[in-house]
Amino acid sequence: MQDKLNEIEKAALAALAEVNDPAAVEAWRVTHLGRSSELMGVFSGLGKLSKEERPAVGQAANRVKVALEAALEEKAAAVKQAALAKSLAEEKLDVTLPGRNKHVGRLHPSTQQLRRVLAILAEMGFQVFTSREVETDEYNFQHLNFPPHHPARDMQDTFFIEAEGRGDNPILMRTHTSPGQIHAMRYFAATDPSNPPPIRIALPGMCFRYEQITARSEVQFNQVEGLAVGKNITFADLKGTIADFVRRMFGEGARLRFRASYFPFTEPSAEVDVECFVCGGKGCQVCKNSGWLEILGCGMVHPNVLIAGGYDPKVYSGYAWGMGPERQLMLRNKVGDIRYFWGNDVRFLEQF
Amino acid sequence: MKIPLSWLKDFIDLDGLSVEDIARKLTLAGMEVDEILYVGLPMPVYKEGEKHEFKTNGIGWDKEKLVVAEIREVKAHPNADKLTLLDLYDGQQDQVVLTGAPNIFHLKGTGKLDKPIKVAYAKEGTTLYDGHAEGQVLMTLKRAKIRGVDSYSMVCSEKELGITEESDGIIILDDDAPVGMPLADYIGDAVLDISILPNMARNANVIGVARELAAMLGRELKKNSAQPSAVSGQSVKELVEIEITDPELNPRFVIGLIRNVELKPSPYQIQRRLKLAGVRPINNVVDATNYAMLEYGEPLHAFDYDVLKQRAGDKKIKIITRAAQDGEKLKTLDGNERTLTAMNVLVCDEKGSLSLAGVMGGAESEVSDTTKNILLEGAAWNFINIRRTAKQHNLPSEASFRFSRGVHPAMAEGGVNLGLKYMAEWASGAVAPDLVDAYPLPPKDAVVEITVIDVKRWLGIDLTLEKTAELLKRLEFKCTITNNQLQVTSPNHRMDIGEGIVGVADVLEEVARSYGYDNIPTTTMADALPPQVGNPVHEWEEHLRDLLVALGLQEVVSYRMTSPEKEGRIAKHDEYVRLANPIAPEKSVLRRSLVASVIDSLEKNIRYSEAFSFFEIGSVFEPHKNELPDEPRKLAIAMTGLREAMAWDVKDSPKLDFFDLKGRIELMLSGLRLTNISYTATSSYSHLHPGKAAEVKAGDKVIGAFGEMHPLVKEQYELGDSPVLVAEFDLDIMRAIAPTYGIKTIPETPPIYEDIAVIVDESVKAETVEALIRQTGGRSVTNVRLFDLYRDEKIGEGKKSLAYALTYQAEDKTMTDADAAAIRNKIVKRLEKEVGAKLRS
Repeated sequence: MQDKLNEIEKAALAALAEVNDPAAVEAWRVTHLGRSSELMGVFSGLGKLSKEERPAVGQAANRVKVALEAALEEKAAAVKQAALAKSLAEEKLDVTLPGRNKHVGRLHPSTQQLRRVLAILAEMGFQVFTSREVETDEYNFQHLNFPPHHPARDMQDTFFIEAEGRGDNPILMRTHTSPGQIHAMRYFAATDPSNPPPIRIALPGMCFRYEQITARSEVQFNQVEGLAVGKNITFADLKGTIADFVRRMFGEGARLRFRASYFPFTEPSAEVDVECFVCGGKGCQVCKNSGWLEILGCGMVHPNVLIAGGYDPKVYSGYAWGMGPERQLMLRNKVGDIRYFWGNDVRFLEQF
Repeated sequence: MKIPLSWLKDFIDLDGLSVEDIARKLTLAGMEVDEILYVGLPMPVYKEGEKHEFKTNGIGWDKEKLVVAEIREVKAHPNADKLTLLDLYDGQQDQVVLTGAPNIFHLKGTGKLDKPIKVAYAKEGTTLYDGHAEGQVLMTLKRAKIRGVDSYSMVCSEKELGITEESDGIIILDDDAPVGMPLADYIGDAVLDISILPNMARNANVIGVARELAAMLGRELKKNSAQPSAVSGQSVKELVEIEITDPELNPRFVIGLIRNVELKPSPYQIQRRLKLAGVRPINNVVDATNYAMLEYGEPLHAFDYDVLKQRAGDKKIKIITRAAQDGEKLKTLDGNERTLTAMNVLVCDEKGSLSLAGVMGGAESEVSDTTKNILLEGAAWNFINIRRTAKQHNLPSEASFRFSRGVHPAMAEGGVNLGLKYMAEWASGAVAPDLVDAYPLPPKDAVVEITVIDVKRWLGIDLTLEKTAELLKRLEFKCTITNNQLQVTSPNHRMDIGEGIVGVADVLEEVARSYGYDNIPTTTMADALPPQVGNPVHEWEEHLRDLLVALGLQEVVSYRMTSPEKEGRIAKHDEYVRLANPIAPEKSVLRRSLVASVIDSLEKNIRYSEAFSFFEIGSVFEPHKNELPDEPRKLAIAMTGLREAMAWDVKDSPKLDFFDLKGRIELMLSGLRLTNISYTATSSYSHLHPGKAAEVKAGDKVIGAFGEMHPLVKEQYELGDSPVLVAEFDLDIMRAIAPTYGIKTIPETPPIYEDIAVIVDESVKAETVEALIRQTGGRSVTNVRLFDLYRDEKIGEGKKSLAYALTYQAEDKTMTDADAAAIRNKIVKRLEKEVGAKLRS
């Protein structure tokens, strides 16, 4: 009997050596350790043996069973390992194939830039104040110290709206967001006319100029203005505020300079240039080799504008500054054609 | 305005300053230098990494190689008829130079010249512009044989030296040009192109710029004499009188006389400066008027005295200024006959009009080749009137540019004197004694009082009155200090200083400029931060934008301007806000439909992508005759194309349809936390498909409508094959509805999920079935979701199957299957009773 068991073990192990896939492992188990296997036959035949033989044969059969089971386990692990190694070796993706995309939404680039500007202004205490796009001459010009027929009006070519009987106060498309200065001042002054409250607001919105539409000029564009009015506001404060804004908008190291300029609604007036952030001031096409980029206009609110807004210029002073989000994008993103903004070509919009 | 540096140096010592230093000073003080054109002076050389400051062009002249030389003899070229050989002396040695210059050709073969001709001589190896090339192309002179004669150098034209585009003849320098001197030292120059701001009309001349520069540099402004050195003959006062009919339009009129002028070209130095300043030289008399204007700022006009004399007959010449009559005609010296209106002002004599005041002279009395005696006019005009006249006749001239920005009447006298002086010098005329000066309305120069506190309050700097006065005196303000006040009087060359508090601001601006904007400190506002009010309207719209982007929509921004025809495809309106001066017919009115704007964007893009979901938020414009329009805020959405993004293994997708748009709208409205939303079929929107359109209400308010574009409307566009879905919402109404912010608690008890399908008639609306399920289920049914809509013949004609996934859940206990079954039975019974539904097995 011992011999037979040895035979069984030897045959089984020999068969196992040939096994090399999971199905064969299972088949081997059924054949050699299964209920109708020869080894199980030995176990079930134990009852027929004599009392004396039984323990020895039982022990020997058990030893064979344990040995075969151990061999099986080892084999199964090895086969699994081999199968895994094979599949890992075979399942290789071409990771350079394109991924599956979604149709996604985006904000228009102008909205994105307006948000950047307004977010900075909000943190500086300037709250958004909006006003209408179609205006009267009074609000767009006269209250802002552009008298009728004044040469300064040449600086802002204007779209007029058909309307009769309006004399020197025609209806027009606003040429800047500055009419909002008057709306805002009057709004706040009305809350306490004898002692109007201080103001710190941001005026975003679409403006319109009578221009031919070319790569460099458009009939409409966004503007954002900042306005601060109070009893203790100076040109030095204006410089400080602009410096803060420019640092936030164009980076810590952005150098800037104030150039004397002229706007009817501010005095003194200044243009602010930022060192060209494309070339670092060395001179390039973006800055037309000047090393500087003109990015905003500013100044102390003109006394006539304060008066028009209901603020006494003997008591109050203020400053205002304005800039163009599209111009900032054109400079920063090297947009060579301003017509892209309202062209709404997806091939442009998708790049923002 | 283009200003040659050499001219500036007539009035200010600029030693120790580079051209760029000067340009920087001017730029920071408000006279922005747009470009520096080098015409002989050495160009700045930038090393790698060095910063540019100005747009720079032009050419520097080599001091060794480009010198003043004199031609001593003009000989014929042995082998070429059209060429001459010049014997010239360059200060060091004799040279032989070949030229084909037409302005020297006539001297060919005259032998030794009686008077040598001074020229600009370029030696071998000089780099200059190619005179024969189109545009400005640099070249270097190399030795060559031209028709057997050795050529290694040249005499230069203006084009070759970068002075003008003129390449036809060589430059003939003035007789006193010093032979052998480097040309750069003699006439080397740089031109500053300066933008003149509307309030800086006083600086539209060389002296004005020099004055500013002197103030900014703290240097002296040289005052050259503007008086003719000698006068002779009968006084002009005896020959001419002036009548001003409206002093408001013509506050001053000054006339001088010069006799026996000899008309010829001006000295080369003068011509060169005029050319660099952008003015074409004509003759010494016309040049003198232009030169004096460019230098001093007063536009002058020269009349032929004898023409006026003849017109006056034996009477004294009488100059009359008056408003034109409507329809009156005048032939201006550009040859055009102009029809005038009462707004225009004329300079006339007793026979009629002579010139369009302040804008352009008349043809009849202009200086001609035969002119001998000149009446020179310097006047002051109302700047608004001149501006309107120049615009009306489209006549931007050097004169109208200045007059329309305001020229101080005090300038008239100085201008005429300066013009006469130059005519006497260049045309050897004899200036008549006196000027005829009608000055009925001298301006009152502004007097402003400022204090130390004003300076501090407006500029944020502490300046003593003495220091403030010093800064202002540099700009020629008259200053007196009394009782802690500085009294400032505006100088009589500028008209931009106002009175009272405006005058204070005007003067403080000059203090700031003179002090230097750069020297003003940068401070943090000490003023109290006002109450922060926020802007809920703006914030709400921005939130809406975010919601729409999250739903996969691309924002577009369109022109406000459109045309009734363009927009009429979507919505027809009779009344529009119309532009009085549209730039193009397709931009003649302001939009009334935002959907039309978005559809336009869609149409432009339709070839460029497989799917589009656009939205726009903005105003439309509802007209009120002769009044401001309303500007309601709207949202428009347009979608078309494929629902799925195509990929290499995604090759097919359903097209976007009504329910894709509706799903976005549902999510948008829930994002805005608007509840009680209902959708009603509508056929009252002409641009929408009558069977695939819905009106959206929040409570009882209509907030918008959406649906598939009507096929007939779509036909008018090129929008491809897919259905186009559009929506428009009225944001002002939506924003006014109070949103609901409460949320439901999430129950901790386990839910039971179950599907039921019911068969109903086609006419039964899904909305009704769902409402009945929710009503009957009450709080125990926490979710109802339609997951299938099915029709086939087994179900029966005119029937449909609606399958719902239900979630049963109790707030306080674990719901059993039996509990759920009981609720389901109630629901089914209710549906049977109310809408004749049958449970599908």
